Amino acid sequence: MKVKSTTDKIWDWVFVIFCFVVSLICVIPMINLLAKSLSGTDFLVRNEVYLLPKGLNFDAYGTVLKDPKYIRAFVWTVFLTIVCTIASLTMTTLCAYPLIFEHLKGRKAINIFITITMFFNAGTIPNYLLMQKLHLLSNPLVLIIPGVLSVYNMIIMRSFFYGIPDSLRESAEIDGASLFRILMSIYLPLSKPVMATLALFYAVGRWNGYSDALMYMRDDRFYTLQLLLYNIINNINQVEVATQEGFSAPGLAASLKAAIVMFSTIPILCIYPFLQKYFIHGVTLGAVKE
Amino acid sequence: MSRQAKAQNKAGAGVYLKKYWQLYVMLFLPLLYLLIFKYAPMIYVQIAFKKYSLVESVWKLPLAANHGFEYFIKAFGNNDFRYALRNTLTLNLLDLVFGFPAPIIFALILNELCFQRYKKVVQTIAYMPHFLSWVIIYSLALQLLAPNDGLVNMVIMKLGGSSIPFLNDAAHWIGSYIGFGIWQNFGWGSIVYLASIAGINPELYEAAAVDGAGRFRKMWHITLPGIKPTIVVLLIMNLGNILGGGFDRPFAFQNNLVMKVADVIATYVYRVGIKGLQFSLTTAVGLFQSVVGVFFLLMANFISRKLGERGIW
Repeated sequence: MKVKSTTDKIWDWVFVIFCFVVSLICVIPMINLLAKSLSGTDFLVRNEVYLLPKGLNFDAYGTVLKDPKYIRAFVWTVFLTIVCTIASLTMTTLCAYPLIFEHLKGRKAINIFITITMFFNAGTIPNYLLMQKLHLLSNPLVLIIPGVLSVYNMIIMRSFFYGIPDSLRESAEIDGASLFRILMSIYLPLSKPVMATLALFYAVGRWNGYSDALMYMRDDRFYTLQLLLYNIINNINQVEVATQEGFSAPGLAASLKAAIVMFSTIPILCIYPFLQKYFIHGVTLGAVKE
Repeated sequence: MSRQAKAQNKAGAGVYLKKYWQLYVMLFLPLLYLLIFKYAPMIYVQIAFKKYSLVESVWKLPLAANHGFEYFIKAFGNNDFRYALRNTLTLNLLDLVFGFPAPIIFALILNELCFQRYKKVVQTIAYMPHFLSWVIIYSLALQLLAPNDGLVNMVIMKLGGSSIPFLNDAAHWIGSYIGFGIWQNFGWGSIVYLASIAGINPELYEAAAVDGAGRFRKMWHITLPGIKPTIVVLLIMNLGNILGGGFDRPFAFQNNLVMKVADVIATYVYRVGIKGLQFSLTTAVGLFQSVVGVFFLLMANFISRKLGERGIW
C-alpha cells in the first residue's frame, strides 16, 4: 500500500474533527436538557446552567415520578407500544409471507390492491369520518388498529423473505410440511434481523406518534405520553406567564419540563444502539424495492 | 370442455386449494384491514363535492353549488388556505435544497474516515435524533433557543450580543424549522447512501489510485456516480412529496407568532376541519393535495426515465 502524503493525512484529521463537531451538535441539546433537569432552581432562574448541572439534585425527577397523570400516561404508552408492536408484526408477516409464492392465484391483483394504498390517501377528514362511523373516536382501540399495518414495512419484510433460498422451502414442501408450518419453522427463525428492525420501526412510530391521539382521542385517560408532553410544554408556557405574576417558582417549571422530556426519551435511547446492525440492513432493504 | 378435462380441472383446483388455502386465510386479515382503513375512507371523499350534514348519509347529500366545485373555489379564495399552500411548498422546497444533500455529504465524509471504531460511534450518535419525536425535538429547540433562558441566546448575550428570536419571528422560525429537520434526518438518511457506497466495486478505486487520482477525484468520479441511482430514486420520491409532508413536525413547531409562515396544509386541515368542523371544505383541500401529489410523483418518475435513469417502478 502507498504511503499517505501529508496533505492526505491533514484531510484525514479534518474529517475526524468534522465528525466530532457533528456528533457534538447531535448530543448538545440532550446534554443541555439533562443539565437543566438536574439543576437547582436558583441556578436555572439566574440562567447559569449551560452543559453541566449546577446545584445537583433529583427533585424534578421525584416530582415527575409522583405525578399520577404522568405515570398513567407512561404506563399506558408502554403497554400500547408493546401491544401495537406485536399486533403489527403479526399482521405484517401475515401479509408479506403469502405474497412470496409465485403460484398463488390472484397474487397480481392483491399486489395492485396493496400498492394503490401507497399512492393515494383519502385524507385526514375522510379518515376521521370513518373513525366516527366505526365508533372508534375516544375508544382506546383507535390508537392500535388504524396503524396496525404499514405497507412500507410489509415490503421490507417481503424483500427479506425473498432473500431466503427457495430450496429450503421446497424441500420442506416435499417432506409434506404445510405452508403455515414452513412459515413457523423455517421463515420466522431465519427472520430475526428483519423482525428486530420492524419491531423497532413500529415501536418508535407508536412511542413517538401523537397526531392520532390528538385527533381521535378525547378521553384524557388514554392520552399517549407524547400528547401529554405536547400539552405540558404548551401549558407550562402558560404557567410561566402566570409565574411572572408570582404564582410559583419559575425555575422549577424549567427543570420539571426537562425531567419529563428526559423520561419520555430514555426508553428509546436505551434500545436503539443495540439494534443498529439490524436496522441498517432493514433500511437498505426498504430502499431497494424490487 | 370434455367431462374428463372438467374433472381434471376440478381435481387440480382441489390440489391447489389443499396446498394454498392457508395463504388465503393468512391474507384475510391484512386485506380486510386495507379495505376498511385505506379504501373505505375513499367513500367520504365525495363530501368534497357535496354539502355536508351530520344527519344525512353521505350518498344522499345534495351536490354543492358550481357543479359541486363550490368548496374548491372557496378554498382557493381563502387567504388562510393560500398561506398554507404557499408554506407547504416553501418549507418542502427548503427541506429539499438544504435537507436533501446533507445525508449525502455526511455519508461521503463518513466513508473517508479511516478509524473504523470512531466511525461506528459517530454513526450511532448521528442516528439518535431520528428516534426522538417532534414534540421532544421542539422542547429541545425551546431549551436551546428560547429568547432568555435558551442555551444559544445565553451564550450570545454573554458574548455581548442581543438575544435572537429564533422561534418567534417568521424568518428565524423558518431557519430553525429547517435546521432541526436537517438535525433530525442527516444521520438516518445517510444509511442508504453508505449501503450504496459499500456496493461499489473496490477495483474501481484501485484502478483510479494507479492512475494517480487523489481522494477527492475518487469521490467525484467513482463514489458519486456509484450512488447516483440511489440519489435519483430518493430525489424522485422527495419531489413527488413536494405538496405532501407530515403533520407532526409543523404542528409541534407552530406557535401563534409565526402562523403566517408555519401553517401548512396538514395543520390547516386539522384546524379548520376537525376543530372547525368545515368537513366539505377541508376534504376538498385534502383531495386536491392527494391528486396533485400523485401527479407530481408520476411526473418526477417520467422525467427521470426520460433522462435515462431508473424510475421507482
